[in-house]
Amino acid sequence: MNVMPSLYTRRRIINATGLAISMLAMAFGLFWLCWILWTLLEHGLHALTPLVFAQMTPPPGSGGGLLNAIAGSLAMTLVGTLIGTPIGILAGTYLAEFGQRGWLAPVTRFINDVLLSAPSIVIGLFVYEVYVIRVKHFSGWAGALALSIIVIPIVIRTTENMLRLVPTTLREAAAALGAPQWKIINFITLRAARAGIITGVMLAIARISGETAPLLFTALNNQFWSSNMDQPMANLPVVIFQFAMSPYEDWQKLAWAGALLITLSVLTLNILARVLFRQKAASH
Amino acid sequence: MPAENTANPKTIVPEIIAPKIVVRDLSFYYGDYCALKNINLSIAEKMVTAFIGPSGCGKSTLLRTFNRMYQLYPKQKATGEILLDGDNILDKKQDLNNLRAKIGMVFQKPTPFPMSIYDNIAFGVKLYESLNKNDMDERVEWALRKAALWTEAKDKLRQSGTGLSGGQQQRLCIARAIAVKPQVLLLDEPTSALDPISTAHIEKLIDELKEDFTIVIVTHNMQQAARVSDYTAYMYLGDLIEFGDTSTVFTNPKRKETEDYITGRFG
Repeated sequence: MNVMPSLYTRRRIINATGLAISMLAMAFGLFWLCWILWTLLEHGLHALTPLVFAQMTPPPGSGGGLLNAIAGSLAMTLVGTLIGTPIGILAGTYLAEFGQRGWLAPVTRFINDVLLSAPSIVIGLFVYEVYVIRVKHFSGWAGALALSIIVIPIVIRTTENMLRLVPTTLREAAAALGAPQWKIINFITLRAARAGIITGVMLAIARISGETAPLLFTALNNQFWSSNMDQPMANLPVVIFQFAMSPYEDWQKLAWAGALLITLSVLTLNILARVLFRQKAASH
Repeated sequence: MPAENTANPKTIVPEIIAPKIVVRDLSFYYGDYCALKNINLSIAEKMVTAFIGPSGCGKSTLLRTFNRMYQLYPKQKATGEILLDGDNILDKKQDLNNLRAKIGMVFQKPTPFPMSIYDNIAFGVKLYESLNKNDMDERVEWALRKAALWTEAKDKLRQSGTGLSGGQQQRLCIARAIAVKPQVLLLDEPTSALDPISTAHIEKLIDELKEDFTIVIVTHNMQQAARVSDYTAYMYLGDLIEFGDTSTVFTNPKRKETEDYITGRFG
């Protein structure tokens, strides 16, 4: 068959233009990302000394580190994830495996979507209103609670999506052996979706480890070491917020160090999540 | 016994002595759509029965009524009777899990579970029997040997079932189904996703398995039906057009529609 030359040329031009526009868009996005990373490295790298991990946040004018903030962030992120993950996985499983009929599942799904896009400051205010005001002081528990409310909708969404990717034939095959539904879900579908669900949890951790607004209203901050979750708790985002806005140069340097630290850990989590998910994709 | 077919007198039903499964006046609905219309036929014990017909004729639907697979979906329902050794399996009182222990199924696409080869087979067995480690090892080996997979799999029992090739995966699924020791084995286009060599493996396997199991196979490959089956049912648009022993259906069909389909003049 003969190809009309003009038609073919036209197609090639359109293809080249489309490709060029996509590359430009990608370059635009990458440009800002690289600039952000570069700035962080430029200001943060030399501030990121071993002392950062060894000393508490200092008063202005004296040396110090971020140890209490790092520990506080880790503690609240851990507790927030521990509260949010089981609830999220259970609810996501309900939506994917039982949510085909009735009105409850669509309503849950809608509310979850709203929660997913709710500004985190609103969640901070909510926990302030229902918890902090009642116990009359800021605390690490309140911070962890606010973070868990951010974790839940993310984990619900990824769990449901990942379970839906599990082919129906796998469920049918297990049912054809006579397996009851709880066994099919526990041993077959959740297992098949495991890598994807873990990826979702890691992305949720990455998300909450940089959240500032919900912590401002809940955990607030603490100048000193505190291992008591019932007391106000230092954490990286709020410390960065406070130190970066201050006029003191050594505070600003610590803020850069903290910002670099958060970015690097979020980046690592994201890369880990990708690697995990790719392994899952390859094994199917 | 199931000689007279009153509901659909056009259908030719052969005498089958000692049938394992008897289907009587079976109709099937997807919502309001009637996918099977008054089917009557019998499945002979320890023989291979093939369902053939063009896409959408209801052959898979018919197969899936035998283990009530449709029950997973709320809008699907079956009316009539399917007797397994005289027991109506469509009866509400019929225990589903027990039924599925007696009637195993293998699907079109291989469906290994996301676990080791060993656990794939043990999964089904554990649902019905609590065996000690030795007995379970023996059962797994027995099933894998029956499915002609033992020599290829014996050194990687602990590896994931998803790592096998397509043909091996399908034999794993057959091993998994027979490990439960069912009486009937339903095969829903078991080779349509496989290459010719794997297909030949499975067909040889079907020939061996019919010594122990009653086999019902759905296939859109007519040569395959001719090669492996003892009885053949030709279906079209939810009707059973012709049912008889395979050599008769393929060499001397009673109905013109069957002849047209078999000779490729279908249209």
